[in-house]
Amino acid sequence: MTTSNTSAVDYNFDVVRQFTVMTVIWGVVGTLVGVLIAAQLIWPALNFDTPWLTYSRLRPLHTNAVIFAFGASALFATSYYVVQRTCQTRLFGGKLAAFTFWGWQAVIVSAVVSLPLGYTSSKEYAELEWPIDILIAVVWVSYAIVFFGTLIKRKTSHIYVANWFFGGFIITVAMLHIVNSMVIPISAMKSYSIYPGAIDAMVQWWYGHNAVGFLLTAGFLGMMYYFVPKQAERPVYSYRLSIVHFWALISLYIWAGPHHLHYTALPDWAQSVGMVMSIVLFLPSWGGMINGIMTLSGAWHKLRHDPILRFLIVSLSFYGMSTFEGPMMAIKSVNALSHYTDWTVGHVHSGALGWVAMVSIGAVYHLIPVLFNQGRMFSVRLINVHFWLHTTGVVLYIVAMWISGVMQGLMWRAVNSDGTLTYSFVESLTASYPFYFIRFVGGVFVVAGFVLMAYNMFKTIGAKDGSLKPIETAA
Amino acid sequence: MDYGTLRGLFALLILALFIIIVVWSYSKKRKSSFDKIANSIFEEKDVKKDNQQNKDSDLKTDSKQETK
Repeated sequence: MTTSNTSAVDYNFDVVRQFTVMTVIWGVVGTLVGVLIAAQLIWPALNFDTPWLTYSRLRPLHTNAVIFAFGASALFATSYYVVQRTCQTRLFGGKLAAFTFWGWQAVIVSAVVSLPLGYTSSKEYAELEWPIDILIAVVWVSYAIVFFGTLIKRKTSHIYVANWFFGGFIITVAMLHIVNSMVIPISAMKSYSIYPGAIDAMVQWWYGHNAVGFLLTAGFLGMMYYFVPKQAERPVYSYRLSIVHFWALISLYIWAGPHHLHYTALPDWAQSVGMVMSIVLFLPSWGGMINGIMTLSGAWHKLRHDPILRFLIVSLSFYGMSTFEGPMMAIKSVNALSHYTDWTVGHVHSGALGWVAMVSIGAVYHLIPVLFNQGRMFSVRLINVHFWLHTTGVVLYIVAMWISGVMQGLMWRAVNSDGTLTYSFVESLTASYPFYFIRFVGGVFVVAGFVLMAYNMFKTIGAKDGSLKPIETAA
Repeated sequence: MDYGTLRGLFALLILALFIIIVVWSYSKKRKSSFDKIANSIFEEKDVKKDNQQNKDSDLKTDSKQETK
């Protein structure tokens, strides 16, 4: 009946709304579990002598919740939104899009139940057992059909660069998940990998590192290429650079996995390939970061008024920092010091909390008012408070882990003149306790920020349509 | 041709591809169309809303001002 605006598009925002709300909820849950296990490392009694609450079972729950529940929900929401807006057409697939939402939530709930019960394939970031793996594959293929179906029926002649990154991420994650999940089931909830020994390790880290490279990088770069220009209200710094960025990043990332297996049974040549490719990867990573940050060139003052833009730009700073740190840690001699220490944990979190979480939080704050017919979030001040809580939390976390990690590495390699070890393992653990406490405090800051975000979100959703007006700032 | 030579040739092929991509994307001819694409995200179509929602927001827009 609406004839007033014939060029308006009937977008499918229902599925975007669902994923957006769940992104925030899973953000609270995932980081909360993280804080609990951080506390367990200081006060082991916090497992209450319950097998379901032991560190070994909750740690995979934390990683799965933040990566696949929080991170992937954010990617579903933003990719479904961006692909519709930039292709100026409704999402393809109708009910199939709804299926990806409910199917993905079913995957997460299965993880929340099965991991504490102790069901695990023991492959890092791929712990879920084979029946859940099959469900993931089905949902993911449906995701690909919905996304690429929308691209095919687009009303624009070009495909905006954000969609290239989203598309690359969707295809690669499907490939990684299916290849790494090849198992022989021996019962309903137990299976063994079809790959033997070192090959299994290589396949696992080919998967593991590219989960970082494609899910946690390419996908979120797609988010960056839409939401940073949108929030800054200026086009991306260089569209040409974004094309070179895309092809260089996706063709290099896939080779970096062996750096997780330095000084193991993996052949030396494979370790060296992983090291060299990881170092080369620095170039496209920084190309992309510079492209994102320079989008603000000439409009830096916007950072002063807009906490959402601040989230997005600081996320890129953390991205630049961790993609410098990563190649450095992939060098074999540096890895000899850093591997198996808290330095790795700090590195992961500067990427996960600094880059992935902050760019998602910025994008979600941009999205919520658009999706729920408002001019802005309920409280811009609370976004600012969230920004400072989150940033403080991340800095506390990674600085603590750097110090703790380098200290552990030095203590483990220290030898006496007669060749015996200077320190026992327990001595290095005792020395780490103060840093574990700082990490715990940092985590509490991050969770507090997420709780504020959830409050702000529900207040915005609950407000009457159009009642929240955008605040004019003196430009 | 042995495996090593094949891999060497493959590496050269990838390098050539990369150079082609760089030359293609940085050619002067493409500049204006890329600028247009980069700006396309600001020319979004309106969101079609159902009548109910439109009426709702029209009526209630001014009824409540923002809370500080």
